[in-house]
Amino acid sequence: MTASMGGLWAGAADFAAAHPGLFDLAAAFVKTGLVMTVVMLVGGLILSWVERKQSAIMQDRIGANRAAILGVRAWGLVHNLADAAKGILKEDFVPPKANRFLHTLAPFVAVTTAVAAFAVLPFGGSLSVFGREVPLTVAPLQSGLLFVWAMLGIGVYGVILAGWVSENKYGTLGALRAGAQVISYEVAAGLTILGALLVYGSLDLRQMVDWQAGHSLAGLPWVGKIPGLGGFLARIPAWGVFTQPLGFVLFFVGGIVEMKRIPFDLPEGESEIIGYSVEYSGMKFMLFMMSEFVESLLFAWLVVLLFFGGWTLPGLLMPQVQGADALLCGHALSYWAGGALEAAAFVLKVAFFLWLQMLVRWSLPRFRFDQVMRLGWKIMLPTALANFAVTAAIVLLAR
Amino acid sequence: MNPEKRMSLLERAYLPEILKGLALTARHFFRNLWFHLLASLGLAKRERAMVTIAYPEVRRPTPFNARSRHRLTRREDGSPRCVACMMCATACPADCIFIEAEEHPDPALEKRPRTFDIDLSKCVFCGFCVEACPEDAIRMDTAVFELAFHDRRGLVVDKDFLLNADPFAVPPAAEPLNSGRG
Repeated sequence: MTASMGGLWAGAADFAAAHPGLFDLAAAFVKTGLVMTVVMLVGGLILSWVERKQSAIMQDRIGANRAAILGVRAWGLVHNLADAAKGILKEDFVPPKANRFLHTLAPFVAVTTAVAAFAVLPFGGSLSVFGREVPLTVAPLQSGLLFVWAMLGIGVYGVILAGWVSENKYGTLGALRAGAQVISYEVAAGLTILGALLVYGSLDLRQMVDWQAGHSLAGLPWVGKIPGLGGFLARIPAWGVFTQPLGFVLFFVGGIVEMKRIPFDLPEGESEIIGYSVEYSGMKFMLFMMSEFVESLLFAWLVVLLFFGGWTLPGLLMPQVQGADALLCGHALSYWAGGALEAAAFVLKVAFFLWLQMLVRWSLPRFRFDQVMRLGWKIMLPTALANFAVTAAIVLLAR
Repeated sequence: MNPEKRMSLLERAYLPEILKGLALTARHFFRNLWFHLLASLGLAKRERAMVTIAYPEVRRPTPFNARSRHRLTRREDGSPRCVACMMCATACPADCIFIEAEEHPDPALEKRPRTFDIDLSKCVFCGFCVEACPEDAIRMDTAVFELAFHDRRGLVVDKDFLLNADPFAVPPAAEPLNSGRG
């Protein structure tokens, strides 16, 4: 048995060496499967449970806990299965005047673009498998951030299409709001990203993370030269949140608008216009819900990569060569323990931002539409421009 | 909001106030999470983390003066106290009491109800019938408020139903019926 397994192993290694292209393709498939599983599990299952339970706990309630299979309630997780059953069994209603094709297409556009953005999001450093370097990204794109931004931009088509094709005035209103809102905040949030881009000097998300891990606050112009603080600053990594604090706040607000979550959920506005999804039922409606949750995950992931050092952990130094010992605050640690620490750090960081989004979503009331526009164009855009200009000046002067 | 009160600069800046609100909800979150955790280990009562009452299993005590489903009271010999004087039916603003009188064997009492129906789907639970009754024959102190039936006819309840123990009622766990009332 062991011999045959060893033979298989060696065979795979030979295959990898002989057909590097095919091996990379297989690796990409494996990584796609992994990312898709995580995204679907989190976006489709866990986040709706978190939303129910977190809001309940925040509001001194218990939260949904009645659905049970043979008496097993599993802290309300069974409700997600009940949701799915309901979504599948419900009538899939298409309004008689709506274009059936476009009406069906819209939710798929929304969810596909949201999921596609994960293709370029890295979820770790790189592994070497059978002597080949496998970066832990489905598609390590040099302009990864642009791709994410493009996908978010296309994602709004799903919403606009849904509202417009429904032949429903409320749906159209929701679609108009979504269009106006997402496009306005894309400008501000995009300018914010430009600031981060100036600091990191790359659009590649992996290089951004590497930059944050490789620099410390002591290496920054002016700030790093504050006398007496050198030793302290040298220990703090130059995460985006430190180099671009204003940018982080702007990006966070802009991101919530992009995701159309409360307090910026005007396209949906369930208490006033119901919005773009008004003519959707069953699983199609659930796809919209899911795309919102998937975008939440995407946003948390992106914030961690851009502003919180991705999977890196301050004080943990991973070796360049696979298998060598990692260093945790000067103590040697086995390579795989270091890797597990990094994975845990990444998961915890992303989970924290998912929690924070939910906290915001269940704390704040909805904005009025003119307030959203004013905040976007008159406050966020000038601030983002100023942030960009100041960053550019500092980068230029400190060079 | 008081229009006289001007917001301070810090309040108008919005973000600090937002952070205050988020801190409040976050405090609730962690406090309740902590008590849920302790409760799951059996170290605290789960009620400390929530105000929810898990309704069908746990019941809130009904206030003693709550007006709930009617009942007809009995004399010491077990016969209904009602003398079919029609005062309740007259006082009823919803016209939901239907009484048919008949001769009482005891000439001192003159009448008794042959039928006494209340249409609970019409009743507004105002309690005027209880106020109007000169014989203390009708009361609304059963603490039964779950009046759901599978058809409307079920909501028309007759004399037997009103006189006898309620076959539909879930026994209230919190407090004995009638507590605090003479």
